[in-house]
This record gives sequence, structure tokens and C-alpha cells, in this order.
Amino acid sequence: MSDIPDDLRYASTHEWIRINNDGTASVGISDHAQDALGDIVFVELPEPGSTVNAKDEVAVVESVKAASDIYSPVSGEITAVNEALVDAPETVNSSPYENGWFFKIKVGDENKLQELMDANTYSNHCNDE
Amino acid sequence: MGQQTSLYQKHLDAGAKIVDFAGWDMPINYGSLIEEHKQVRNTAGVFDVSHMTVVDIGGTDAEKYLRYLLANDVAKLEEVGRALYSAMLNHDGNVLDDLIVYRMSFGYRIVVNCATRSKDLRWMIQNTDGYAVSIQERPRLAILAVHGPESIDKVCQAVEEDQANQIRLLKNFHGVELDRFFIARTGYTGEKGVEVILPDSDAPELWDKLLAAGVKPIGIGARDTLRLEAGMNLYGHDMDETTSPLAANMEITIAYEPEAREFIGKPALIAHKQLRDAGKLPELVGLVLEGRGVLRGGQKLVTDKGEGIITSGSFSPTLKHSIALARIPINSQSCEVDLRGTLTTVRIVKPNFVRFGKKVFE
Repeated sequence: MSDIPDDLRYASTHEWIRINNDGTASVGISDHAQDALGDIVFVELPEPGSTVNAKDEVAVVESVKAASDIYSPVSGEITAVNEALVDAPETVNSSPYENGWFFKIKVGDENKLQELMDANTYSNHCNDE
Repeated sequence: MGQQTSLYQKHLDAGAKIVDFAGWDMPINYGSLIEEHKQVRNTAGVFDVSHMTVVDIGGTDAEKYLRYLLANDVAKLEEVGRALYSAMLNHDGNVLDDLIVYRMSFGYRIVVNCATRSKDLRWMIQNTDGYAVSIQERPRLAILAVHGPESIDKVCQAVEEDQANQIRLLKNFHGVELDRFFIARTGYTGEKGVEVILPDSDAPELWDKLLAAGVKPIGIGARDTLRLEAGMNLYGHDMDETTSPLAANMEITIAYEPEAREFIGKPALIAHKQLRDAGKLPELVGLVLEGRGVLRGGQKLVTDKGEGIITSGSFSPTLKHSIALARIPINSQSCEVDLRGTLTTVRIVKPNFVRFGKKVFE
């Protein structure tokens, strides 16, 4: 059974988003997603400063098994990316919710977060797949 | 639920993630494919490959029959226990399957792929006309492959002393029948090691003893990256019944001599050779991508001589970059791959990347 923290919101495409104290939100992929991909060997990150729309392809993750697009769960401006993943992509496997974050985004409209799934709904979504 | 080997419960006990593999519930990994891959390159790992099909060939014409059925020549097997890799061709000279044949005290033992099981058995039986042979599938036999630099030592710890003494003497592609076990120095990883064929009721005990000796279980995920690094073909990906062995880096396994020997597909192969000499048959090469990204089976290629395709591609855990097998026009000098919409240059090398833990291509 994969780990699904209660304090995050989730997209159907398996990204999580967490509101930080500084008004930005961090985005990564869920434990379920990293487990399905298996050993991650490359991560491509978005350009800091770029403006993205919800559901845009903004990053790519490649495991030994497959390549997978990462979609932004919300619209906004990318304020930071996790450069550490370039040299240590396996961090996404070992720490999907903490050290394995992909990027930070200044969320355009925080109300849009409510349209994403809570932990319970996401757990059911994973089970249905 | 698919078919299960006699080690299914052992896989679950070891934390396996189970996937469907040609109708079998097999372990894809036990946590991390990359860690399992490194385990085999650095120490020793055990694979359950009991899903593969074992067929025993007996009868007074067994040798004569196999010399007709297979593209390699079983007459090369000068003594009991010796092993030979061969293609089984159809009349078009294309690859029906690739297999290992062992000479046994009772005749011959063949191990073929599991996805091709029924097709192979049908073909073998169809071609017995005029030969006094018996063909018997052995579904109750398990196969454990133990590979890695320390594999032989570990196997010797897991068996009886007198058996261990005989195993230590085995040379590559030699095997020995020891009581209920048949143990041979063959494999699919590019490392030293053995394959143990044994009754499935004996397999869980040997599995436990190997694990107790420090051998780690390895899933079919790492089996694929290990064989790819070793430049070994995977049937159904790198070749199939539409592929000439000459376009699959398998010519070294075709025994054209002695000239008097007729075998299935031989006349067609002569025609394939002429095509190749005219530059009209593609070849199977290795590809190396030293930058970021992963080559995948099915990706399209453009070379200076025309188009090609990746037949198997993955990330190489040993080399830490991507490698692939690819079929491209013969004598191509340059190659580009369409990597998710971007044309990227890749290097063409001999289709052999890693042997005994070390990079082997230029």
C-alpha cells in the first residue's frame, strides 16, 4: 500500500501539491507514481520564471522502464526547481514527498486547489486504476 | 491470475512486485531493479526462470533430427553436458526461436522461450517425420539461474560437497547431471554463473539455501537490463519469425559447415547472404547515448543510409547512460534517434556493451 499524506492535494495524473509558508506551492509525484515507474534515472525540470497553465506538461521523468510527463496541477509561475534531482534522480524514489519535489509554483488562484483530490479521493483513484 | 512457478510464494516472501509475463505471474523486481542489476555485476543473484520451456529429445535419431531442426550443429556437442546456443529457423530462413541445447545422458535437452512454447512444440513435432525420436515437454522442472562473480562459490555452499567439487570444475558451456539436478555454465547476463534445472519440488529448498549463502533474488526487470548490456537478443524484440539471423547478429551461431548437412532454412539463408552482400539486408548494431534520455524499443532512427528502428533499449545501470540494440541499414556511419520529438545523435557500436562487469565497446 502506498503512502498518501493527508495534508496534500493530488491530481489524477499523480502529482501532489503542498502550500508552503512563503505563499508558493511545491509539486512532486506521489509514492504510488514513483513505485509504478520504478528506478528513476533522469529528470527534466521546467524553466524557473516560466508561466504555466494547469495540466501543461512541465517536466519529464524517465525510469529504467518508461518515460512519463509531469503536469502542473495548477496555473501559475514557476519560482524554483529542485536542481538536486538532476544528479540524484533516485531521490524521487526514496523521498517522493520531501526531498524529491520537482518545482515550486506561485499559484495564480488558490481556490483552484480545491478542485484537486484530497488524500481519500486520491487513494480510491489509485485503487481504481 | 496467471501460471505460477514453484517459487511463487518465495517471491512474495522476498517482497516481489509481481507482473504478468507471457501468462506467468513473475517477479519484475523485489524493490529496486538497479540494485538487483548491480548485485549480479558485483556479487551474485538468483533468477527464477522456471517459466521457460524445457523439452527433452530422445530416441535413436535424436542427433540426426536436431542436426536438421537447428541452424547450429549439435554434432559439436562432443560429450554429455555440453551446451550450444542455436536458432531454430523456418523455411524462409527466419528465426522461429532461439534456444540452448544440452547433450544429456538420455539424448538432448532444449530450453526455449516461454512465449513461443506452443509454436515451438508444434514445429518440433511437425518435423519429426522419418526420424525415430521422442519429444517430451518437462513442465515440472524448475530452472534457477545464479549469476555474478561470486555465483559459483555461493552455489557450491548451497549443495553437497561432492556436487560442489564437480561444479567447480565446469567450464563455460559445460554442464553435469548430479542426481536430480542438471547444472550448466550457461546464462543470459554476461557474468559467470550457472543454470540449475531441477524438479520443481526441489526448487524452494535450493532457493532458500542460495539466499542463506548470500545470493539475492533478481527480478525479470534486471534480467532484461543485464542481457541488454551483454548484447544478447531477446526473442520477439530483437528478432522474430520475420527476421533473418543475419540481420540479428546471429550469424556466428549458424553452422554452414559441414556443407553436406541440410538444415531447415539453409537454402533461404544462402539467399539472405546474397541480399546482404548487395547491401540489402539490415544489421543489428549497438547504440550508445552518452547524454541524457533513454533509448526505448520502437523508437525510429535515421542513418546516412536510410531508416532503422530500436529493437531493445534501456538505461544501463553499469554504464549510467542509455544503450540499445537497433536494426539499421548495413554499414551506416551515422545515426539519429527521434527522442520524444527531438532528433538526437547516437553512436553506433558493436552490439556488446558489458562483460564481467566492465565496459567492452570502443
